[in-house]
Amino acid sequence: MPQVSLTVNGKHATVEVEARTLLVELLRGNLGLTGTHVGCDTSQCGACVVHVDGQSVKSCTMLAVQADGASVTTIEGLAAADGTLHPMQAMFREFHALQCGFCTPGMVMSAIDLVRSHPEGLTEAQIRHGLEGNLCRCTGYHNIVKAIAAAWPLMQDRQPAIAAE
Amino acid sequence: MTKFGIAQSVRRVEDPRLLKGHGTYTDDITLPGMLYGVVLRSPHAAANILAIDTSAAAATPGVLAVLTGADLDIGPLPCIVSLTNRDGSKQYTPPYPALAGDAVHHVGAPVAFVVAETVQAARDAAEAIIVDYDILPSVTDLATALDPDVPQVWDAAPGNICFDWQTGQQEQTDALFAQAAHVTRLTVVNNRIVVASMEARAALAEYDAATQRWTLRTNTQGGWLLKDLLGKAVFGTGPESFRIITPDVGGGFGMKLFLYPEQVLTCFAARRLGRPVKWTSDRSEAFLADTHGRDNITLGELALDADGKFLALRSRNVANMGSALSNFAPFIPTMAGSGVLASVYGFQAIYANVIGVFTNTVPVDAYRGAGRPEANYLVERLIDRAARELNIDRAELRRRNMVGPEAMPHTTPTGKVYDSGEFRLVFDAALKTAGWAGFEGRRAEAAARGRRRGIGLAYYLEATGGGPTERAEIRFAEDGFVDVYVGTQSTGQGHETAYVQLTVDRLGVPGERVRIRQGDTDTIPEGGGTGGARSLYSEGQAILATAATVIENGRRAASEALEAAPVDIVFEAGRFAIAGTDRGIGILELAATQRARAAAGEAAATLDAAEVAEIKSHTFPNGCHIAEVEVDPETGQVALLRYSVTDDVGKAVNPMIVRGQVHGGVAQGFGQAVLERTVFDPVSGQLLSGSFMDYALPRADDLPDIEVELIEVPCATNPLGVKGAGEAGAVGSPPALINAILDALAPLGVAHIDMPATPERVWTAVRAAA
Repeated sequence: MPQVSLTVNGKHATVEVEARTLLVELLRGNLGLTGTHVGCDTSQCGACVVHVDGQSVKSCTMLAVQADGASVTTIEGLAAADGTLHPMQAMFREFHALQCGFCTPGMVMSAIDLVRSHPEGLTEAQIRHGLEGNLCRCTGYHNIVKAIAAAWPLMQDRQPAIAAE
Repeated sequence: MTKFGIAQSVRRVEDPRLLKGHGTYTDDITLPGMLYGVVLRSPHAAANILAIDTSAAAATPGVLAVLTGADLDIGPLPCIVSLTNRDGSKQYTPPYPALAGDAVHHVGAPVAFVVAETVQAARDAAEAIIVDYDILPSVTDLATALDPDVPQVWDAAPGNICFDWQTGQQEQTDALFAQAAHVTRLTVVNNRIVVASMEARAALAEYDAATQRWTLRTNTQGGWLLKDLLGKAVFGTGPESFRIITPDVGGGFGMKLFLYPEQVLTCFAARRLGRPVKWTSDRSEAFLADTHGRDNITLGELALDADGKFLALRSRNVANMGSALSNFAPFIPTMAGSGVLASVYGFQAIYANVIGVFTNTVPVDAYRGAGRPEANYLVERLIDRAARELNIDRAELRRRNMVGPEAMPHTTPTGKVYDSGEFRLVFDAALKTAGWAGFEGRRAEAAARGRRRGIGLAYYLEATGGGPTERAEIRFAEDGFVDVYVGTQSTGQGHETAYVQLTVDRLGVPGERVRIRQGDTDTIPEGGGTGGARSLYSEGQAILATAATVIENGRRAASEALEAAPVDIVFEAGRFAIAGTDRGIGILELAATQRARAAAGEAAATLDAAEVAEIKSHTFPNGCHIAEVEVDPETGQVALLRYSVTDDVGKAVNPMIVRGQVHGGVAQGFGQAVLERTVFDPVSGQLLSGSFMDYALPRADDLPDIEVELIEVPCATNPLGVKGAGEAGAVGSPPALINAILDALAPLGVAHIDMPATPERVWTAVRAAA
């Protein structure tokens, strides 16, 4: 069986997998990182989004062997060692941007990439468009959009422009 | 104000866990020695099974069992509703085995269950099973299922009729129609919905041969129903032989209430093989195997007098049940839906006839609102149609017919008793919030750009419901925490937070020291689960009753500790004290002392208590939804530009959570009204909209901000004054949206459109009217 060596949340791992194994299966099954979820089988829902070498990737659409040598960040790798939430996680909580929490890991990972790729600023329309690859059945997206808008300045080391309820 | 007080938008207790990826959903659990189950499903909508050859599958490396219907010596899945037909006979309840016997009745019906060391091996083996099908003609379309000469799903249900049920005052209704100055008639379609919680269903069963008990971990909306059905109807071993554990649940919306074949199959296989067995649905399976929602075609008639006052309402609703009856299916369009046909209006009489129909489709059951969105949709569409026919302003026609607060409690012709409601007050606030009065300017501005702008409203009323009792237990744990055991089941609603708020309010303990315990039928002996927006007012009453007993226990204990008469002990802000003195003891300290004394063998009673609250009345949340859309007549594309909701859900324990519930409900209603179309191939019976690539769930850029205004009219029948808020958003939104689209298209001559108003449908309607 092929061997995959990669770094996940700063820790090195080498695992043997069947060639058909998906990255999400490696993360959930071999490494026990069950924070990354599988919500569909057609690459539509985005529940499985992780960062591979800093880019958001649907981990159900990448073979584990393709991640050989890569650095992967999952939802478990976002908060600080002392438990302090990443600004995006904190704003998701502050703005009630999650209900059942199942789409949340992928939503947060996508949102971070969205903010990082728009250092010039993000309009509401850009946020909504940028979330096209992530489905949520609970929130109607209203509070997710608010949370991302609030996280943008925090991730630029600025104060939030809008306040939660 | 305390940090966890009532009426505050307390940030959710469950969030840090879920945000860090530390939630535990059913599929996240791996047990030692665990095996994996895969279901082989029928590729045909109707077929007789002539033979099944499992030999190649059984020989696949890693495979431990290949089960077919012949292996199952257990009962079928039960339907717990039995309706009486108009002629006095009973509904037909077809067999619903966990694995098909000699026939299949819908695409996706379970035919075999393969259990293997890995999910890959189980999948490979399932593909190696050879089933010899004799393919039969099928019927999947509700609109034609009652026609003569269509395929019959069950020989024992001639005409594909499951039941023919009625309610209301037929003679009086007919008489009022005969004397009416005007009658408005309309047939509406409530499109079939794929529920699509983001977490698909899963089940992980283990069996302990020594105690002859199962532990089933599965995503439910309350495990007690499953324990009962598995123990009594399916395995016959008694409910006590099942422990159902519900881990974190990724959305339910009604669909996770029910017992499903796969839960039965994992239990069956775990007992046979002596090892834990896990099954996890993939999304393609979920489309074929989760219960669907709605799927009604309804003729509605509204009788009005010469002053535009509503006299009576009559409806004939044809409701798709699918190929078999899921647990509650017949209840949804009948008692649940027809019960709210009066909505907020003063009818003299109502008559409803509901025909349940079998088709070769996956069973239909509750979906957020469950019958009440369908009924509200009919009423609010009828009123807009009547206003147009009579040239009466649609807001004025509604206001004229609303029941006033002076009439409360108000009994409707369908027998519901509304305890409270300020319908006109809420209505006027909604019109103001939405800028209703200034709309014509916005319509003209859009017209100048070649767009058709429309505004639509719906005043909805929902009747929440569910189990007639609920239990709570409060235990002061050794680690200093206060554990509150509840019989409801959160699937994302934030119960952990709201119940902490209630506990803090009553017991005055710090919110950080309260833990909500849910989802284990061994540690919680009874529970009504979550459905019908019942949780807060049902569990809330149980928590209040239990807290009161805790305080009484504490008062007795404090009187000993403080050496004072119990009547002189007052409880305030988490502290028992002798009235008029500064001598007292905190409740946590007292509980710890009592526990320590009891442990040391002293005759000291703990403060712990459990109570079962009787839920005497359900609640009637109501409110007004207003939608503003623009239609591009060249493409048929509908853009939702503004949306506001003015809601009376009674007292809001956590306004942030209430608004979130409404946002989500509105999005689901938008999906039904504009996007979500379930399509079966009329010849093969295949589900053509069987993935997220084909079935359009709302995405972030389909929706605008959703404004939610709360007007609190306290519920008079529970001490918290709360009304159920979970379903309401999905009840009011479909009619508001379609009324807005029809308002936009009215200048083009379009008088009717059915959900979902897809671009193709809108474009076709515009062309047909031209």
